[in-house]
Amino acid sequence: MKPVLPPFESFYARHSGEVFAFLVRRLGRDRAEDAFQETFLRALRAYADLRRAENLRGWVFTIATHVAIDELRRARPRVELADGPAPEDVPAPIAALDDLTGELPPTERAAVVLRYGYDLGYGEIASALGSSPEAARAAASSGVRRLRRKELE
Amino acid sequence: MTAVPASVDDAFRGAAAAAGLLDVAYDVVESPLGELLVAATDRGVCRVSYDPDPEREAEVLARVFGARVLRAPRRLDHVRRELADYFDGGRYEFHLTLDLAGVGPFPRAVLDELARVPYGEVTTYGTLAARAGNPRAARAVGTVMNRNPVPIVLPCHRVVGAGGNLVGYGGGLERKTALLRLEGVSL
Repeated sequence: MKPVLPPFESFYARHSGEVFAFLVRRLGRDRAEDAFQETFLRALRAYADLRRAENLRGWVFTIATHVAIDELRRARPRVELADGPAPEDVPAPIAALDDLTGELPPTERAAVVLRYGYDLGYGEIASALGSSPEAARAAASSGVRRLRRKELE
Repeated sequence: MTAVPASVDDAFRGAAAAAGLLDVAYDVVESPLGELLVAATDRGVCRVSYDPDPEREAEVLARVFGARVLRAPRRLDHVRRELADYFDGGRYEFHLTLDLAGVGPFPRAVLDELARVPYGEVTTYGTLAARAGNPRAARAVGTVMNRNPVPIVLPCHRVVGAGGNLVGYGGGLERKTALLRLEGVSL
């Protein structure tokens, strides 16, 4: 049976601020603007065929993560990434985690931030990263191990 | 949660509409009769609503036309312009295509007849019923008027009782009076 989805406007009103803040953290303000539009256009394209109406937040974060990783993989100096004003509305633990993970490879960083910052399950992270839940778990724990080593240095 | 910057928000709404990804685009527009919610599908205007509660309207629209309902002001520019001209007294008919999906056959026949009632004239519920093929259905015509999905554009304000009294209006009798006065009908 087709789920009863909220009007896209309600879904957008509810999650757009948080997604924009997430993308600004990951990409900097300028690149976040394009990535934001791309994220919600992808969401809109898929919305009519969604089979589950629960956890739309997790779903849109997986899309945003895909878009951010695509953007990061385009060759540009990484130095730019940390630029852009930090939005005030990012919860402190996420901001801290985001700073902390700045030097991790993109996939590990995404896995760590989504798992420990946004509290997504490995299934959701896996679809964001285009991998399996096992690979998502491995990326998160490899990221955490790398952070621990860094801390000990 | 800080809102998305207005320019980024506008750009997304414009891109969504331009890409043809919406089941329904809507906006809330100012009018001399108060705020109106206007909505359109790719096929035409599907809703004009007085005293709109956009959240509730969006849910109703989603059920009838599909869940991809988004406020997209630019997509409604032509409707906004025609309404403004009408309220300025400079437009006597609307050149808007309509999407009346979800309207049953009898109401549809009545609304088709309603569309033919000219600016500045009134007709009665009974006359409209007869023109729609059922002279005894005056009361049912009243119900159809009350549920008119696109008031103003389909002029249910031009339908009055046999004795000339205004009877009722989905947007309230005050608005019916205002629209008839605008069109120069002496009351």
